[in-house]
Amino acid sequence: MLQKERHVLVVFPHPDDESFGSAGTIAQYIEMGVPVTYACLTLGEMGRNLGNPPFANRETLPQIRKQELLDACDAMGLTDLRMMGLRDKTIEFEDPEKLVKMMTDLMDELHPSLVISFHPTLAVHPDHNATGVAVIEAMSRMPEANRPVLYTKAFDNDTLNQLGEPHVVHHTPDVADKKIAALRAHASQTVWMLPDMEKRWAANDKDALDWLYNEAFYIHDFT
Amino acid sequence: METVDVKHLQELLDSFANKDVYIHLETTNGSYASHFQEGFFNAGAFIRNVIIRYELGKVTGESPHRIGLKLPSGWIYAQGITHYTVDEHHRLLMAGLGPDGKLAVALEISETPFTY
Repeated sequence: MLQKERHVLVVFPHPDDESFGSAGTIAQYIEMGVPVTYACLTLGEMGRNLGNPPFANRETLPQIRKQELLDACDAMGLTDLRMMGLRDKTIEFEDPEKLVKMMTDLMDELHPSLVISFHPTLAVHPDHNATGVAVIEAMSRMPEANRPVLYTKAFDNDTLNQLGEPHVVHHTPDVADKKIAALRAHASQTVWMLPDMEKRWAANDKDALDWLYNEAFYIHDFT
Repeated sequence: METVDVKHLQELLDSFANKDVYIHLETTNGSYASHFQEGFFNAGAFIRNVIIRYELGKVTGESPHRIGLKLPSGWIYAQGITHYTVDEHHRLLMAGLGPDGKLAVALEISETPFTY
């Protein structure tokens, strides 16, 4: 059971990051009447899946992924989407203060009670880690009394070894249809894995259903 | 994009020669390569919107093709090119797509800047 929040701010760098790890959580909060804002830093411009024969090229992919992002947000019921205009695979090379300001401005505007983003070192993709670093830096500069709770996603192969079991697991089977719809909306990214996943769901494969129904997070310790 | 027609692509490369053009060049294994395959040595390179002028451009080999651009005092090349197109902005977009549909290399030439 998710706790009621004042406002949830989700910060991820790529269209589909939100759907893979947090779509159930986002959809559940929205069903509970909690406002959710999603700041998506890039449009996944450097995605590699173009198909063969190709359905897109390097220059058309961003518009395709933008539409997929809008459709995924519709599927989750999310209405406050912010596209932040950075370029895929460049987050770690940006001016860190520019990123911190971007995060600080979002916090100042929205006053979230909960922020969801990536772990700063165990999120595999350099954009993921850099996003987590910027979010944590912005939040660490806030007065402790005003600081929201931060949940991070971590999926490096060494995560369990370094962090132990996740601190929070959201069990959201009631919104599984919305999560599936969000994943389907990101067709350019999921068309390679979804058919297999759908077969496993249909066959009651335990790992596949666990992935669909349960979303794990680590609570960041600012002390 | 269509699979490379060598004669047509060569004509297109010729048409951009001796002009100031914007270049996009990337090679990539994907950011998850060493996550899915431990020990994988992940390397790649990326440049975008760098202005160059080449005096000779060539497409060579069987598919996947190699593309070389000879500059007054340097070179640019890409290997693994399988597909190409000219888009509505008259940009020459070339890419190397694996059988799995994943881009491994891209070389693009334009007389106007690419978006950010």
